[in-house]
Amino acid sequence: MKITRKRFLAAGGGALLAVARLPGAAKRWAMVIDLGKCHKLDGCTKCIDACHRAHNVAQIRDRAREVKWVWKEPFEHVFPQQADTPLAGKPALVTCNHCDQPPCVRVCPTGATWKRDDGIVAMDWHRCIGCRYCVAACPYGSRSFNWSDPRPHVPVLNGGYPTRSKGVVEKCTFCEERLAKGQLPACVEVCPEKAITFGDFRELQPILRQRFNLRRKPELGTRPQIFYIV
Amino acid sequence: MRDQGLIYAGLAVFLGLITFPVSYNLAAGKTSKPPELQKPAEARQCVASVDYMRRSHMDLLIDWRDLVVRDGVRKYKGYEISLTNTCMRQCHTSKQEFCDRCHAYVGVQGPYCMDCHVDPRQIAEARR
Repeated sequence: MKITRKRFLAAGGGALLAVARLPGAAKRWAMVIDLGKCHKLDGCTKCIDACHRAHNVAQIRDRAREVKWVWKEPFEHVFPQQADTPLAGKPALVTCNHCDQPPCVRVCPTGATWKRDDGIVAMDWHRCIGCRYCVAACPYGSRSFNWSDPRPHVPVLNGGYPTRSKGVVEKCTFCEERLAKGQLPACVEVCPEKAITFGDFRELQPILRQRFNLRRKPELGTRPQIFYIV
Repeated sequence: MRDQGLIYAGLAVFLGLITFPVSYNLAAGKTSKPPELQKPAEARQCVASVDYMRRSHMDLLIDWRDLVVRDGVRKYKGYEISLTNTCMRQCHTSKQEFCDRCHAYVGVQGPYCMDCHVDPRQIAEARR
């Protein structure tokens, strides 16, 4: 059978489609936070405690020197443009947004922070020189700097995870060490109301299509991968 | 030679000063013998040959670091890649009697591993 031009193009197009749809294509981790469920338990800090315990995060009272990976912020601070809604005054859980276009990565002079293939904005604390460009670049305030040795401020040391040292920036890692073992992030696992859903961006699409959701500061074009159901 | 006495006395002082570290250590009873390191209780195979580890453990650790942090590879020849969870928990359980003794002997500045990574023995002692 002679291959015609039309047949050749059709077969080529089919082959390209097959390659593009190969299973095992890289995941793109994302998180959905249901604020309604989160508000059910007043003053609950289980996710914050679990995260900070798992990652040896220093507990420093001084707000100018504090270190935090995940915390609560008033809704009107998190979403200034939606401040006139009934949610104003209520807390919203915030952490690193693991942006699709992370400004922190663009400014890091040493490559100590970078975006992995699965979308996690990762950090190599070995290589951080403490210049704090990333702290300045992050529009969400998700990064903390260690002004002093954090180890004396860690209440109970978790031997399975390192601490950081003086002069290093730290932030949420989407629990990449737990994901590598097939576990969910600590905050997701511990939430009593199951307010946090974590998974591949494509697998979260059904929830995101059904429920109205917001991302922080979309006008900046950073494309956060944390979605808030409001 | 006119100032023979002065020259010889000066030479003697110079030689005395320059060999001072040797004579001081001899007097203090220290010798040039390398330190006794605490070997793992059950002598087994390390992740690499002893000769390689002795000379290049720092290279291996840096390779391990990049494998885990950058490439997400967490296994090396069947071992979990981890300074604290593999090396220091399974074999070299005493930092003081293994790492520190040799580092102090050869005058290594740092290393800074333990500024962040947690010595498992410290955790065990804190629990007690």
